[in-house]
Amino acid sequence: MPSPKDLRYTKEHEWVRVEDGTGTVGITDYAQDQLGDIVYVKLPEIGTTVKQMETFGEIESVKAVSDLYSPVSGEVVEVNAELEERPELVNLDPYGRGWMIRVRLSDPSELERLMTADEYDAYVAEEAQA
Amino acid sequence: MSEPALLRTPLYEEHVRLGARMVPFAGWEMPLQYRGIIEEHMAVRKAAGMFDVSHMGRFEVRGPEAAAGLRRLCTYAVDRLAPGQGHYAFLCNEGGGILDDIYVFRLDRDRFLVVANAANAGKVRRWLEAHLPPGAGLIDRHRSTTMVAVQGPQAVAICSAALALSLGDLPRRGCMETAWAEGTLFASRTGYTGEDGVELVVEAEAGPALWRRLLAAGVVACGLGARDTLRLEAALPLYGQDIDEGVNPFELGLAFAVSLDDGAPFIGREALLRVREQGPQRLLACLRATERGIMRAGYPIYRGQDEVGKVTSGGYSPSLGTSIGMGFLPPPLAQPGTALTVGVRGRPLPVQVVPRPFYRPPRP
Repeated sequence: MPSPKDLRYTKEHEWVRVEDGTGTVGITDYAQDQLGDIVYVKLPEIGTTVKQMETFGEIESVKAVSDLYSPVSGEVVEVNAELEERPELVNLDPYGRGWMIRVRLSDPSELERLMTADEYDAYVAEEAQA
Repeated sequence: MSEPALLRTPLYEEHVRLGARMVPFAGWEMPLQYRGIIEEHMAVRKAAGMFDVSHMGRFEVRGPEAAAGLRRLCTYAVDRLAPGQGHYAFLCNEGGGILDDIYVFRLDRDRFLVVANAANAGKVRRWLEAHLPPGAGLIDRHRSTTMVAVQGPQAVAICSAALALSLGDLPRRGCMETAWAEGTLFASRTGYTGEDGVELVVEAEAGPALWRRLLAAGVVACGLGARDTLRLEAALPLYGQDIDEGVNPFELGLAFAVSLDDGAPFIGREALLRVREQGPQRLLACLRATERGIMRAGYPIYRGQDEVGKVTSGGYSPSLGTSIGMGFLPPPLAQPGTALTVGVRGRPLPVQVVPRPFYRPPRP
């Protein structure tokens, strides 16, 4: 299934949706499928500063733990507290209720360094073959 | 760089047909999961699930010296098993270190089935060949048979109905050989999930028919992922993670599989007598997280600032909704109630030593 067109993507399989200078961040459908059942998501505190392509949290599936990388730099203005009780939302609705953090962008030009949906889909297709 | 080709069980095509995610495991291409680890895990806890365990080593030992020959290699008095009985046992080296943990079934007076870990199948075969007496022949059944473990509170009833057999008559750890629609079938009332269930062995070519019958009867196909979470909840150690040749049975707390009082010699007996006399230097303890966070194999265990052990198996318990794990601790710290922490990527996760097992099925 093609990835949503209105998002930008990282090579670490995070997405960001930017509205009014704020980016909502999550992981892609491909990533949640590869991870399998997600049982714990460790997110930063509100007010934390994150940097593009640096870790902002961790995600634990039954199988393994992985780092979460922020697609954008800025201040965390909201975290998805619902994931504390229902981490499986990342599996069920990765682009919707499974979102993780909202970041007030400090440098919107960073978005140009991220992949479009078409680029990301091509990247995943390549990775799946490797 | 080319990797050695992975072996495939007779059920490989069935796994692919069901959309399993296949992974390498101990030299075999095995299903990690089909629909999802938690869903498969809960199917076993609530109803019935099945696992392709054909990758596990299967050796038939037969002949007039089979019982005596195996007794000299096994920690448990397998020569005292009645036909139709099985027991868990260890193969140890002279130092009492575990070469493999195995299941031994007595099929009849002069015929035994030994089930070994997949990763140790070659080692076990060489060990048996080197040490069994001339009157005990070894027949490798690894590639000529298929083995399926069917586990869960409804496993025995569903299998009995699907295969037109009375498996409910089997006592715990009991075994039988019988004819079924597709040939000969071995069944034992055993498993590796903490649930009731059976393990079935049929000829390799009959494997797919057995698998499809069980699938049609409503048994859920389960992969290695669920097998690991289920055995961890049951606090069953896994060779290669919790067990290696430097571990002895008393450290695992599994003295029930060691017979020292029948006087019969076996390899490792003297060393194990000393361990029993002096008491083990460390014990495999069950740890349960008291806060959110997941402990995994290799993470350090602390008491205050002091590292006192390492997690040997750890993960998420679907039944308990929290992280659980096991690790070796000095005996005084291995007592239930001890409060410790596990270093989870640099952060302390509070854990408590709890009694074994983590999960016990409700009485029917």
